[in-house]
Amino acid sequence: MKVLVYPPNSLILADLVERGGHEPVVLMREIGKHVRDAEIDAPPLNVTEEDLKRALRYVSVEEPAGVKGRIGLLAPLLEQAEASIILTDAPPTFGCMGCAVSDEFFKFLIRKRNIPTLEVRYEGGERMKETVDRIMAFLAGLPKGK
Amino acid sequence: MATRVAQISCGTEYSGMQWILNDIADQVGIELVYPEMELSQVESACDEIGFRAESPGLNMMMARAVSMLKDPSIKGALLLTCFRCAEGTVVKDVIRRFLHERTDIPVIAYSNVEKPKEIELYARLEALKTLITRKALLMRERQEGTTLGVDSGSSTTKVVVMKENDIVGEAWLPTTDPIRSADEAIEKALAAAGMKEQEIESIGVTGHGRELVGEHVKADLNLEEVSVVAKGAALLTGRHKGEASVIDIGGMNNKLILMRDGIANSFSLGGICGGSSGRFLEVAAHRLDVGISELGQLALKSHERHELQSYCMVFGIQSLVVSLAAGVKREDVAAAACRSVAEQVYETQIQEMEMRPPVIFVGGVSLIEGVKKEFEQLLGTDVIVPPNSQYAGAVGIATLVSGL
Repeated sequence: MKVLVYPPNSLILADLVERGGHEPVVLMREIGKHVRDAEIDAPPLNVTEEDLKRALRYVSVEEPAGVKGRIGLLAPLLEQAEASIILTDAPPTFGCMGCAVSDEFFKFLIRKRNIPTLEVRYEGGERMKETVDRIMAFLAGLPKGK
Repeated sequence: MATRVAQISCGTEYSGMQWILNDIADQVGIELVYPEMELSQVESACDEIGFRAESPGLNMMMARAVSMLKDPSIKGALLLTCFRCAEGTVVKDVIRRFLHERTDIPVIAYSNVEKPKEIELYARLEALKTLITRKALLMRERQEGTTLGVDSGSSTTKVVVMKENDIVGEAWLPTTDPIRSADEAIEKALAAAGMKEQEIESIGVTGHGRELVGEHVKADLNLEEVSVVAKGAALLTGRHKGEASVIDIGGMNNKLILMRDGIANSFSLGGICGGSSGRFLEVAAHRLDVGISELGQLALKSHERHELQSYCMVFGIQSLVVSLAAGVKREDVAAAACRSVAEQVYETQIQEMEMRPPVIFVGGVSLIEGVKKEFEQLLGTDVIVPPNSQYAGAVGIATLVSGL
């Protein structure tokens, strides 16, 4: 299954999804498309006008430009996700979008999709193993080869 | 060599405007740099500034501000957060205050929008560049010799002839063709001074039309308006030391400049709405059937407070017409029009900045007494309108060119 992870740029979560036998849906792939697209005349992280317009399917035109840009980049991930793992309270170094409003709103959009979703709290130190165990158990319960 | 300016932002690349910013910075000779810092320093930076945001990007922005202070090669700062982001606006303000306490380098702020106007960004970055690179020139406190200053504005062209720190001739004409208007205003100013062009030692040009006019008159100095108007305000009021705030409202734009020792070090430019410009008052005066020069006096006769329903050039004026039709006195409507301009400048620009008294009001609109009175009531402080306030730009550039 295509499993969306949150934070969407978390390499650790992406790796866990792959180890669990599924396809991670992550921001890096979306940005990779921007980098490889010869039509886009902007550095990799610069969002395009299309990204900003796409965001308007989800956010009000009154939202700040940075929220629109982030949601516009994330929208394709949301649309292809068949399951999701949301890690809450993770430190910024674990992966984040930098903007608290975008973070909260994107989590809300994931929940609204009504796809199998695991919400698990980030636990540092010794208790991280429990977090990883819960994620792996969730992934094992998802149908394979879809 | 490009001037290094710190870009302190929370993620401009997600707003779709970073490439425009880079492009314009290149054009004006600015190198935008992200001050380096370790992620582990974010916490200590928040502690040092005394604020912690929910958004990690904003905390990182504060860390970059702290880091910037350790890099002597950085000569200016550009603060950016998204337009309409409440948390971002708070952090931007917190950082601005922090930097003003810790450093003298010029700091400017802008709000990220998806489609920024290139001319707005250009004006800001160009002014920032002048404040950094021409500081020695901007320290000048006295005009020497015989010089001529041209302020080729969007609505009017102002010219002064100055001799040993005195204005000896001046002229003010509506701008039509910038070159023709400048030529006519120069001729009138020289006639008023009783001088010939050959007696002028040097010419300085500022204002929107400065490139075109500067080339035409073979100007010795061509500078953007922010640093020049600040200098003109300092000269006209004789306030070369300490802090001050300058409000400049012209025919089609406005500026708020904070200065220290007669040199601008922070500013905010209008340009979003024509309702906060002199043009709004021209239209209001026309509907009230008075000359623009009489509007202010008429407003001062008002005894009953009346409000226009909109700041907009169209709907505000519609409200003005409806008020007159409803029998509201002309003087009360005139005062409402003056208040409308003052309130919009206050709401969109002044409230974002930390006003530093004394407040000096210059530009064409400063001649309308009703607007000065409204600013005094809004700000709760006296507002100084110096003599020849409409010539602040021309006086500033005439003085600066005498220092070359």
